[in-house]
Formats: sequence, C-alpha cells, structure tokens
Amino acid sequence: MSKLMSGAQILLECLAREEVDCFFGYPGGVTLPLYDALYDSPVKHILVRHEENAVFAAEGYARTTGKVGVCCATSGPGATNLITGLVDSLLDSIPIVAITGQVSSHLIGSDAFQEADTFGITRPCTKHNYMVQRLEDLPRIIHEAFYIASTGRPGPVLVDIPKDIFQAKGEYTPVDTIHLPGYKIFTEGHAGQIRRAAQMIWEAERPLVYAGGGIIASDASGELRELVDLAALPSVCTLMGLGALPADHPQYISMPGMHGSYAANMAITESDLLIALGVRFDDRVTGKLAAFAPRAKIIHVDIDPAEIAKNRVPDVPIVGDVKHVLQKLTKVVAELKPEMEAGTAKARAAWQNRVHDWQQQHPYDRRRSETEIKPQHLISEIDRLSAGEAIVCTDVGQHQMWAAQLIRFNEPRLWINSGGLGAMGFGLPAAIGAQFARPDKLVFAIVGDGGFQMSIPELATMVNYGLPIKIIVMNNGHLGMVRQWQELFYDNRLSQVKLDCFPDAEKLASAYGFSGSTVTKPGDLAAALDIAIREPGPYLLNVMVTQFENVYPMVPAGAAISDMVLTPVAVA
Amino acid sequence: MQQVISVLLENQPGALLRVTGLLSARGYNIESLTVARTMDPDLSRMTIVVDVEERLHAQVIKQMNKLINVLQASEMSGENSVTREMILLHARPTHQDRAAVLKEAEIFGARVVDSSTDGFALEVTGEAGTLEEFIGVMKSYGEIEVTRSGAIAVSLETKKLRLQPPVPTRTFVRTEIPVEEMDGVPNG
Repeated sequence: MSKLMSGAQILLECLAREEVDCFFGYPGGVTLPLYDALYDSPVKHILVRHEENAVFAAEGYARTTGKVGVCCATSGPGATNLITGLVDSLLDSIPIVAITGQVSSHLIGSDAFQEADTFGITRPCTKHNYMVQRLEDLPRIIHEAFYIASTGRPGPVLVDIPKDIFQAKGEYTPVDTIHLPGYKIFTEGHAGQIRRAAQMIWEAERPLVYAGGGIIASDASGELRELVDLAALPSVCTLMGLGALPADHPQYISMPGMHGSYAANMAITESDLLIALGVRFDDRVTGKLAAFAPRAKIIHVDIDPAEIAKNRVPDVPIVGDVKHVLQKLTKVVAELKPEMEAGTAKARAAWQNRVHDWQQQHPYDRRRSETEIKPQHLISEIDRLSAGEAIVCTDVGQHQMWAAQLIRFNEPRLWINSGGLGAMGFGLPAAIGAQFARPDKLVFAIVGDGGFQMSIPELATMVNYGLPIKIIVMNNGHLGMVRQWQELFYDNRLSQVKLDCFPDAEKLASAYGFSGSTVTKPGDLAAALDIAIREPGPYLLNVMVTQFENVYPMVPAGAAISDMVLTPVAVA
Repeated sequence: MQQVISVLLENQPGALLRVTGLLSARGYNIESLTVARTMDPDLSRMTIVVDVEERLHAQVIKQMNKLINVLQASEMSGENSVTREMILLHARPTHQDRAAVLKEAEIFGARVVDSSTDGFALEVTGEAGTLEEFIGVMKSYGEIEVTRSGAIAVSLETKKLRLQPPVPTRTFVRTEIPVEEMDGVPNG
C-alpha cells in the first residue's frame, strides 16, 4: 500500500501513527510546508509563544502521561531555542521527540538565512539525533525517533528536516519494523544477582530503599509498594521519585539530599543495606560521596549500565528495567521470607523505631507567622488544598525545594519539576503541557518571582487554550536560592539577587484577560487560595512571602549528608 | 593513562563525532584515532587511543556502548589484543649516508616506497616504542618528515556481538479524529 504524499504529510501521518494527539511548536520560514500540511491534519498543534517553552510543555505532557512529548521549531533560532529543554529532558530521562526545520539541502553549509548546524549542536543534548537527507528515510527515522525516545532509558531525540524534504513528494509506504542493531536495551535483570539481592534484603538489620525517577519512568510504583510492604522496608524517594510511594505510606520517610529531611539523610547514613532503585547517586543526593551511606552495602538496579558504578560501586549490580527486576525480586523475597524473616526481625524492628524517632526529632519546618506569610505556610496551604491529588509543576529554586518537602503526592506523575538541569522558567510551560495531558486535574504552577518572569509570555498560550492553571507566585523579591547561598557562604554580600519591579499581578492577569490578585497578609492567604481554586479559568496569585527565609535542612556543598544545617531555633 | 578502545560502529553521518564528542565532552585528549570500513561496508572499525584515568576506563566503554550507532566498544588490553601503527617517513640523508640509512631501514623492517636524489620514503609498521626508536635513528641522519597512522588494534578473543533484533513498530489503531470534534482551537 503506498500513495503519493509530501514529506510534511508523511511526517504528520507518522505522528498520527505514533498516536500523538497534540504537539507544541512555533512555525517559521522553513517549516512553512509543514504548517501548511498541518492545516488539514487531525494532529493538534499547540502554538506556544517561545520555542524553549515548546519543549518544556512537551516535557510537562510527557512527565504527566509517560507518553512521548513532541515539539517543533523552525531552523536557526527556533532550533537553538530548544536546547535548554532538550538538555533538561536528557538529564531527567524524559521521552521527547523534537522536530526542527532545516534550510533546503542545497543551502546547507552556505550560512543561509536562519541556518544553524542543529544536528551538530544538539548531538550532546539528545539521546540520539538525525538529519533527514532523503525523503524515503523520513518514515523510518520518525518511528525510530519515537522508539529510541520511549524505550530503554528514555530521553530526547531530535529530527532535523530540510525544507526541500518537507516539500518533496514521494510514495509513502508505512514502516512496520525498526532495526537498530546497536541499540542495547536491558530489561530483565540477572537472576543470580536478583537472588543475592533478595537474600541481602533479609540479612540486613537496617535496610533502606532509595527510590528515584526510574520508578516513575518505568511505571513501577505498584511493584515498589509490594516489595516495601512485603519486607517492611523504610524508604526514601528522591526529588525525581516523589510520588513513587504515596506520601502517607507508613514506610515512606521523605526526600533525601541537600534539602532532604533529617530522617531521610540519617537513615541513609546509618543503614547497612541501601536498595537503590532507578537512581543515579546524584551529587545533590549524596553530598560528599565518600561519606554517603558509609555503613551500607549497595544493591543498585538501573536500566542504564553506565549508571552502575559511575559514582558508587555497588555490591550487587542489577542492570534491567526496574519494573521487571522488582517483580522478580519481590517473588524471591517472598519465597525466602518464611525461613529468613525471623533472623533479623528484632534488629529491624529497632531500626524502624530509630527511623521513626528521627522523623519526630526534626520534622520539616512548617512555621507560620502572624505578621507575614512564611513560604512554608504558603506551601502547606497548597498541600492542604491538593490533598495529594493535584498536579504540581514548579520552577527551580527555594519554592521548588519547599514544595518537594511539604507537598504530599498520592501517586506518581503529579510532581513535575526540572530536577537534573534545574532550568528556571520551566514551571508555567510544563503546567501547560500537564493540563493538556490531564484536563480533569487541578494543576498548580508554583513559581518564584524570578522564574515566572522568564515564562510570562506563556500566559497567552494558557489563556488562548483556556487552560485553568493556578499560578502561584512565591514572591520574595529575590532570586531566593542564590540569595540564600550568598547569605550563608558569601558573607551575606547580596549581589544581583534583588528583583525589583515585579508587575502588578491583577493588572498583568487582566491584560491577558484572566483573573489575578496579590496577597500579603497571612490571614488572607487561605481565602485568596480558595478564590484561585474556585475560579473556573486560570488564576494568577501573587503571594508576598518573607523575603529572607532559608530552606532547611541544608547540606552545604561538599559536606556529608549527615552534616545538615537544621532550622535555626531562635525565632520569635 | 592511555586506553586503547576498539569501536565497531555503523557508517552513519555523525557517528564518528558521537564517539569523539563523548571523549571531548569529558576533557579527555585523544592521542590517536583511526577509522575505516570493515568487511561489511555498512560498518566501520575505529581504534582510539585516549588519555583517561584508569578508574574511568570502564565508564568510558559503557558510555560508548550507549551510543545508538555503536555496535560494540571494547577495551584492547595488552593481553587480549595486538596493536600496531604504521609510519611513513621521508629521510634526506647526505650522499655518503644513503647506504647507512638503507641498512638501518632494513634492521627495522622498513620498506623503501620511493627513492630519489632527494632521499627515501620509508614505510614501517610496529609497536609505538619500536617506531619511536626508528624515528630517533633516522633523525640522526639529518632532516626527516614523519606521518603516523595512529594505532590500530585487533582483538585476539572472540567477542560475542550482542545485537538488537528488529522490532515491529507499535500496532497502530488509527483513529480518525473528526475536525469538528476537536476541542479548543483548531489548527487552521
């Protein structure tokens, strides 16, 4: 079966075959043929206001659904504007397919108008990338791109398409197989290692699960829960793994790392077996590597062999899809339970008590004040309104850390943030993608006054498509996290962190045709949030919070995670 | 410490850059690099000599194996492989030294590939150390010009090539979305 179609039509047909229901993009000169074909296509295109936000929105969509997020930009500046989002999705292992236009084949290399070496520039920013050189390769490349983006360790794949390829007409034959002989996917873990891991789980006196983004990517939170319940394993979830276990799960401690909880960091430091599942021993989690889990043997499960022994050499390495590995592991753990459970039961009960004590000793800071809105107060209120169900997208900085600490998630894929790259300006566009993916859900974009000003143009997209996103600006008039570091490590010499001239929220929102307001008093906060939630459309709530509040606990850069700076006690 | 890596990769645009980019992104200096087609014209074999701390050797190999265009990257250690390099050397000895130069060439197993009144072009292969010696000896006879091929290595072990079999594209159930049912803003 074949018919005569243009390259642009073939691309759209391939997107439809990949069940892309919407993609985020911005047109330009060389993508004119694509946008012309789009006019008649059932594939829905979402017009953003800046290409960077097209990737962020696609990421919001992908992180919320687990499906591939798709974005599109023109050549030159369009393509270079995608870079931040590509690297963001590379670091957080998010499946993205980015389509870029390129100047016509005969112009490539001639410094043509809006020409950039997109293929060269994006090579280190993607899991894989392509430049289409022949029309007949186009369908194969598009399907390969989706396959590579969504399998193994997910990531971004970019396809650069010259204008003449969009325009060329040719016989379209659907592609039904993908052959990538060098693409190595490891799914099933080694049975012998899994058995060893199961034995170690019962032999351990102070076992701890350290679960991360791999659990979310692999849709393995059900499997994780089974293992944790079966062997009563205290667990921490990383920033990328929040929601992997429900926050109210009895074995769930909280987040570890630089701004992790006292209990999570102490549990890692004291554990004798760390069961690392879909994590990469990131520096923001481990702090000083030599002092990370110093008494623990390590079981490390990861789909990417290059993550094993990258930062910490495990005692039991298991390369495989964490969902498959957990299914097998839990089976063996169950088999061994009758004969092995009693051996360490007493020590494990004591361990549970120690973890519990740490949680009681230093819970997260939720202080409130009579006179000003504490950031922790604001986040706690959002947590109360969300009740573990809302999608929470954040930007990067202090508000992100407070949100990660204080907002509870009942399930995975509700917490959307830029973890590895830490890209400011992520929150609002990600919320746009998330709301498209889940129209039924309450979506918060919690942003700082810094990051929000990087994404203001997307207010138009939000309004344009009628997305009822609740934007909560945690406004401390500063680049809060940078200011915190300047205060703590640079003698409080505050350099270029004061953000004056924040726009009037009510006027800004009304300029875009929606509602907004500013709240300054703690007594008015609950009512203001209530108005925001009740509003059927989007809402912009600008919350003036304490200017000089710091996120605690904090592990100073390069210190051991047991060396936390806890909340200062002397507060009126 | 020098690491010799043999990479079997697909002949695709940019494939070479993916491998070298991985090294340059980490600040590793490439000492030598050779690449040419294999018996299968769709594949190339690369030999890279690169300066990497020993503790990172395994990580470099793993990262290369992650590249989609790479079928196999493996470390060529002293025991499991042989490594050779070729040099082409142009020597310009004085008239009196010509015979001596030819004698030295013979000792090192070099072949004369060109001879003129200007001098000789010599071709020699060997291990890096031997070649350094040869260059040293030739230098003693006056000005020389040298081009080195860079190391090539072949494994002495049979390495199982683990290749991904073809997979079907997803079984698509094509659902036509009538334009009037699309919510929000249509594309037009």
